[in-house]
Formats: sequence, structure tokens, C-alpha cells
Amino acid sequence: MTMESAVMAASLATPAQRVEGVPKGADAGGASGRGTEEAIAFNDVTVRFTTERGTVTALENIAFSIQRGSFLSLLGPSGCGKSTLLRVIADLIQPSAGSATVLGTRPQVARQSRQIGFVFQDAALLPWRTAQQNVELPLEIGGGSAPRGPRSPAELLELVGLGGWQHAYPHELSGGMRQRVAIARALVSGPKLLLMDEPFGALDEITRDRLNEELLQIWASTGTTIVFVTHSIYEAAFMAQEVLLLAARPGRVRELVPVVLPTPRKVALRETPEFVALAAHLRHLLESC
Amino acid sequence: MSDQANALALGGAFVDDAAARASFLAVQRRLLWRKRLLPLAAILALLLVWWQSIEIFGIRPFIAPSPVAVGHVLFARFDMLMANLLPTAIEAVLGFLLGNFAGIAIATAFVYSRTMEEAFFPIAVMVNTIPVVAKAPILVLLLGNGMSPKIAIAALVCFFPTLVNMTRGLRDVSTEQIELMHILSATPREVFLKLRVFNALPYLFAALKIAASTAVIGAIVGEWIGSTTGIGALIISATYNFDSPLLYATIVVGSTFAALFFGVITLVERRILKWHVTRQP
Repeated sequence: MTMESAVMAASLATPAQRVEGVPKGADAGGASGRGTEEAIAFNDVTVRFTTERGTVTALENIAFSIQRGSFLSLLGPSGCGKSTLLRVIADLIQPSAGSATVLGTRPQVARQSRQIGFVFQDAALLPWRTAQQNVELPLEIGGGSAPRGPRSPAELLELVGLGGWQHAYPHELSGGMRQRVAIARALVSGPKLLLMDEPFGALDEITRDRLNEELLQIWASTGTTIVFVTHSIYEAAFMAQEVLLLAARPGRVRELVPVVLPTPRKVALRETPEFVALAAHLRHLLESC
Repeated sequence: MSDQANALALGGAFVDDAAARASFLAVQRRLLWRKRLLPLAAILALLLVWWQSIEIFGIRPFIAPSPVAVGHVLFARFDMLMANLLPTAIEAVLGFLLGNFAGIAIATAFVYSRTMEEAFFPIAVMVNTIPVVAKAPILVLLLGNGMSPKIAIAALVCFFPTLVNMTRGLRDVSTEQIELMHILSATPREVFLKLRVFNALPYLFAALKIAASTAVIGAIVGEWIGSTTGIGALIISATYNFDSPLLYATIVVGSTFAALFFGVITLVERRILKWHVTRQP
């Protein structure tokens, strides 16, 4: 409730900021495209929540950066602040201390210039809209000024393997299909940064494997930067170029582990000795968190 | 409709088996007829029991009329009954529109202003606790003897369920949906029109269905005081004249109208909430 009202208050505060924020943000985004190659940089970010039972430190002195076009997995035990970190990038939560730079600018400006796509754990589709209408939602927000990606909603549904399902309502789709719609929706504005919060956490393993491969193909074909939160060691290692390991209570960086595995990756990669060794290393690190 | 949904969800998992499909459809048809005919049969059986009890126990007509007598009044005095239904129907429908409009508008204000809600919701609860029979004389004194006090009463009884449900529906959006709108930098207007309004529709229709029948009751109770026409006035005069066949016929007319009103709202709901109704088989 407090969370929702905080978010609501934030969203209520946007109109005035947006009027002046959008052109500035677009400007900053354009300039940063040339200026810096960093997609995300965290400079000692700390996030504290105050509740009736006291203050909780969700993230403490988080510092890391990733390059544009890279694929980062966020891995850690539950309560380590993975989702909170993702929400700082998306400007859903503001740091209590320290600063975050997203696409060369403040998270708020990056968000207002609509360069961030977000995929939630449970798809968060609007049940009264068909698959296609859900994908079109971002294009309707912000009137005529909404940015359009290179692919149309129909093409994106095709890309995520849902051609022919445009007119299905969310309740007519399986969990995996709903998540595909959510991915298409996140891509429709042509975002430079795609944030995914345990997007396949609720899916069965076969579906998850297939979507993992497909997401890697989408990443390769769109060139967007992806930050991917997961609690699965295998998923984290399979997907990413780098795995950011977080330790819990308070959430802090345990280690940034580079993933040196060949691309393009297929599920069979998981049976190679290199992959098994990497997964074992990550597990070892996680156990000492 | 749900058939189509299943076909969609299962994709290519179907094989063509005409015989199986035909027998499946036959079962479906049989179930549908069963659903239609059972209530009808029950009503006929009850009428029969009622009629026979009157005959067997020799109950006098002014205590309880036989269904035949009621049917006779319904048929012979149909024009008079309809002439009295008309004002009641107008009052009920206008009250329904007015009360629900006010409920929706105030719910919207509550959702955007906690202060408004905290200040005025207790008053709405208080007003709602006043019995309809007590509201009626107050409003007749305030608004005179025309249609307006009846419309006001019908509006008042519709208002509260709609206010409560609509407030809840506008507010109960998921955190993730709000976060999504925030990431899209949606304005409060866009959050309202693209998210909250649609989210509230199932809650609203639940309230409208209640309101459809209570609006008719409100209008009828309003007519008990100082009215010469309308279903309510007819109920009072039939009671004082010990004309129980007319009393029963009047009740049948009023109830039938309320049921039709409810049916219309249900049809509208089915059309608008396709995405919601199909979810529950």
C-alpha cells in the first residue's frame, strides 16, 4: 500500500516535469550516445526504506558500470535487492545516497525520454486489451510524441513467435505467451535499455529454455542493452556477458563475473565443461554471500 | 464464446472428429435447455401449489388471491397497470443514471484526493444508514410532490454501492501496472483513462446490477407518500381497498420491470466486459 502510494505520488508528479523534461532528456540521450559508451554507471548507490519497524538498507554502496549493448545478469539470494537495483535504473526508486547514471544521464531523464523498456515478472498485461493492443500501449502514452521503434507491433509479435495471436486476450494466452507479449511491448518504443525482472521465473523449464534462446536472438538483432534479474545460476550464466553477484542484507556487490562463453548460445552449451565450471564457480560465490 | 477461447488456447491440438463434436454439441444444447426450462418448471409448479392451496383451504380473496385472479387483473387492467408503471420506470431510470453518475464522479475525486475521501466518506456512510422509508418523507418535504423526490430517492439508494465499488476498482490496480505507466512517463490523465477506468469496470458493473433493482424499489417507496400515480401509489391504494388481486398484479408488474432492468445491465456488461466475463466460465 505504501509502496503503491509512493509510486502513485511519483507518477502524479510527472506532467509538469515531463513538459520540460522530454526535450531535455532526448537531447541528453543524443549527446550521451556520442559522449560515453556506458549504458549504466552506479556510483556508491545506497537505498534505504523506512517502515514502521525501522529502517531497512536494501542496497549499500553499489558501484558498477556496464557498456552499451551488453547483457548483464543480476544474480543473488532473495532479499539481496536485485529488483530494487533494477528499479533504481528505471527511476521507480530514488537512491537515498550516491548517484546512478543511465544512458549518460540521470535515470529520471532517461525514463522521460522513453529509452527504457521494462519486463515484469508476471507480464503485467492489461487484461482488457488484446495482445496487439497491449504491445501498442506505449505508443499511445504521451500522445503523438511517443517514440516508435524500428519494428511495428505486428512485426514484434511475429518476432516473439506470436504471429496470428494479435487478437487474443491475455486470459486466452499461456504464461509463456503472455511474457512474450510483455517483451514485445517493452521493445515497441525501440528502447536503448531493456530491464527484465525475473521475466521467466514463473514458467516451466522447457518454456524458459526456449525463451532464453529467443531473448538472446532478440538481443543480437536489436543491439539493445539488457539487464536481466534472475535467481537461477544457470539462467544468469547462460544469458549474460557479465554476471553481477549481489550479497544480501544489506544488498551489496559480491563480484562482477565476466562470462567467457561462445556466442550465439544454444541450450546445449549448458552441458559443456566450461559452462559447468562457470556455474560451479557462481554457486560457490553465492554460497559465501 | 468460451468454446472459441479454448480453441485459441489449445492451438493446433484439435483433430477433426465430426461424430464426437456433434455429440458434444448435443450435450451442450441439452444443458442449455435444462438451464432454461428448470426455473420455468419450478415457477409453474409453485403457481399450481398456490392455486390449489387457495382452492382446498378456501382462503378468501382479500387475504390471498388465487393466481387466476391475479392473472385476470393483469390481463383486464393491463393498460391501467402500464400507465402506472411508466412514471415509476422514468423515476427509477433517471434516479439510476443520476445516482450512479454521482457515485462515479465522487469515487474519482476520492481516488485523487485522500482529503476528500477522509472528509466525506463518513458522511456518505451516515446517509446510507438512513432507511429508505425515512428518506422518502424528508425528500418529499424538500422537493415537493412531483417526480423529483422519487428520482432523488432512487438516486440515493444507487449512489452508495457504486461509490464504494468504483472507489475500490479505480484504486485496486496492481503495483506493476502502475510501475509500467510510470516507466512510460504517463500523465495522471493517461493513468486514469488507460488503466484505472478499465480496471474499475468489473467493480462498477457489480454495483450497477445491484443498483438496477434497488433503483426501482427506491422509486416505489418514494411513491408511497402523497402520490396518485405509479406502482408505489397503486400498492398503497390496493392495500387500503383490500384489493389483493390488484396488489399482487402490481407487484408482478414492478418486479418484472426491475428484472428486465437488471437483464439489460447484464447484457451491457457482457458486451463491454468480454475480456472479463469469458474468464469465468
